Amino acid sequence: MEFDSVLMSRMLTAMTLGFHIIFATIGVGVPVMISIAEFIGIKKKDPHYRMLARRWTRGFVITVAVGVVTGTAIGLQLSLLWPNFMQVAGNVISLPLFLETFAFFFEAIFLGAYLYTWDRFKNPITHWLLSIPIVIGSSFSAVFITTVNAFMNTPTGFTMENGKVTSIDPIQAMLNPATPTKVFHVLSSSYLTSAAVLAAITAFIILRKKSSAYYKKALKLTVTATFLFAVLTAIAGDASAKFLAEHQPEKLAVAEWHFETEKSADLILFGYLNDENDVINGIHLPGVLSFLANGDFNSEVTGLDQFPEDEVAPYWVHYMFDLMVMLGMFALAVSLIYLIFTKVKKWNEHAKWLLILLIANGPLAMLALEFGWIYAEVGRQPWILRGYMKVEHAATTSPHVDIMFFLFLALYILLGVLCVVVLRKMFRNNPVEQELEERYPGIEGDDQ
Amino acid sequence: MSYELIGITVLWIFLYGYLIVASIDFGAGFFAYYAKITKKDHIINQLISRYLSPVWEVTNVFFVFFFVGLVGFFPDAAYYYGSALLVPGSIAIVLLAIRGSFYAFENYGSKKSNIYMFLYGATGLLIPASLSIALTLSEGGFIVETNGEVSLLFNELLTSPYSWSVVFLAIVSVLFISSTFLTFYAARANDKPALKLVKNYALFWSVPTIIASLTTFIALSQHNERHYQNMIDLWWMFGLSIGFFMIAMWLIFQGKRYGLAFISVMLQFFFAFFGYGMGHLPYLLDPFITIYENATHQSMGIALIIAFIGGLFLLIPSLLLLMKMFLFDADYVKGKK
Repeated sequence: MEFDSVLMSRMLTAMTLGFHIIFATIGVGVPVMISIAEFIGIKKKDPHYRMLARRWTRGFVITVAVGVVTGTAIGLQLSLLWPNFMQVAGNVISLPLFLETFAFFFEAIFLGAYLYTWDRFKNPITHWLLSIPIVIGSSFSAVFITTVNAFMNTPTGFTMENGKVTSIDPIQAMLNPATPTKVFHVLSSSYLTSAAVLAAITAFIILRKKSSAYYKKALKLTVTATFLFAVLTAIAGDASAKFLAEHQPEKLAVAEWHFETEKSADLILFGYLNDENDVINGIHLPGVLSFLANGDFNSEVTGLDQFPEDEVAPYWVHYMFDLMVMLGMFALAVSLIYLIFTKVKKWNEHAKWLLILLIANGPLAMLALEFGWIYAEVGRQPWILRGYMKVEHAATTSPHVDIMFFLFLALYILLGVLCVVVLRKMFRNNPVEQELEERYPGIEGDDQ
Repeated sequence: MSYELIGITVLWIFLYGYLIVASIDFGAGFFAYYAKITKKDHIINQLISRYLSPVWEVTNVFFVFFFVGLVGFFPDAAYYYGSALLVPGSIAIVLLAIRGSFYAFENYGSKKSNIYMFLYGATGLLIPASLSIALTLSEGGFIVETNGEVSLLFNELLTSPYSWSVVFLAIVSVLFISSTFLTFYAARANDKPALKLVKNYALFWSVPTIIASLTTFIALSQHNERHYQNMIDLWWMFGLSIGFFMIAMWLIFQGKRYGLAFISVMLQFFFAFFGYGMGHLPYLLDPFITIYENATHQSMGIALIIAFIGGLFLLIPSLLLLMKMFLFDADYVKGKK
């Protein structure tokens, strides 16, 4: 019975978070894109970009709504499903949780203001300024909530005596060793994913319909952003690996099936394990893991032999790690190819195969994000609070978690389906050509 | 004042804030649906959606703020309430999720849908009912701890006159607060037909609100003698509450100064809510959690208070800006912007 509650609590939390981060990521990244597009539109006096900002915002509101309600759900579920964890950790991490709601508050206020004041100000810059607090609010809520997650990985800023938390330093708990790399990685990958999703939608429309100046500009803007954020994400990923090697070596080791501590460690891509934990059919890159961990091909990397067996995560997180990295590289490569094609006159950056790759990159980037989170979370098993509290001691003892799981499953299916239906209807019933013509008559003609 | 007391006061102010803004929102959803089935939707729905669209997300934040703050200041609350409230808490989350997202689907999406409208209206009454359960539980007697396992006594809860009177009070208060606000807003928009309609709602819902307040008071005396006695000692707060109620009703009945009438309603609930809250102290959950024994460590408590003050410097100007743009901008309210 007790075991069931733990397992079901884990599954319910995983499901809620897995669903929430899709919308949370869009919520963090899309405001940045909207703000950039509106700014370019105002500076270049180009109505296309301002229309782009306007239409993105309209779709964004729908995703924000789902993000808000699922965020509220996970906020409450923390206490409902993990009461023992919150009783202990609540003492130490309530500051960033509290600050996160402030950031969220800030964003909520200005989102309302931004949405309903498009044509209200004489100087368009005034309206653009309202987008800045939205960007700050959404990015900072990501920062604060990420510090909470970082704390669970490398808890600092308190001492534990007989199961009770004493002498707390809230700032040190927030700025724990995992915070810098995690925040960097979460922000850059959220921006990357949002840009990639918007690029994919644009590429899809160009492929299906006849392209127009509006869509071409949209594609160039979104893919350029994808490329820049992909570079940032790669740097952040590298920094994260070096952090792991230093502070959480068991997590890096399990991702790489690095069983024995050794110098010049291989990086293993894919493959599978046999019963003796030998890697079969994996691609070995000699010394690369050492380089990834310490920036030196000959350095020593701690292996799983240094950790008790019951404190090591399941080996399948290796695939999550590999897929995340591969898909991140894919985003970088595709956006780079597109950019090269725009520079070289005789190459067509709207070639069908390139558009298809760009379309694929949207959902793949979102998948990479999910895989990354699964790796980050499952890679910490069996700990909920690394070194202090194991997951099985943190869960609720309530026997009703299984029913709640199905209740929430139904809710997320409903929200997911309706969100897609509403978004499709919204854009299909109001094509951009018509809206541009209404707002800026004659624009399509003189722009070519 | 000790940091524990500051903490709970801050949280209580936020819960009060949620009570007001959420009541307006929940009630408006119900009235919007009611107006639709009685074929009066053309009169008030425009008004309601003009107010709600820019602010619904802010309403939600008040709630998140309260429970995050509660867990932060009093981590033991997470343990007791979290363990006991899994089922009712999850149901409340699902209702909130349906309501919030359907609002966006309906208003920012394309077509108006009757089903969305109904769910929006119905959840508007079910959510206050389900959230008020947490307040009922805080009186004690519904949560037990045996062998380190916390559980909720469903049967006790469902058969208690006190819990039902709280549910009833929550629902009628929502409708009363919302209708008095809409009266003010309609007057502001100079929308005569809407004003006439919502003014009648306000006058109508005032009666059950006062009756429910009295029955809840009596039921509490049966359930928690200590809390009841404390509230009797704070009689002047409840006296002020009734006084402001009478001022509000008189103004609305006379048909003038609706802004002042709504402020009076806010003060009516302010005094009742704080009188109730002060009488509850020092317990947060009778008898398991008190604000002194179960508060977080001092360093965290002080950090939270500093964060709170810093946050207010950010929030108050922003909220004023929002109100200036959408609440007190006569042209916006009238639908000209």
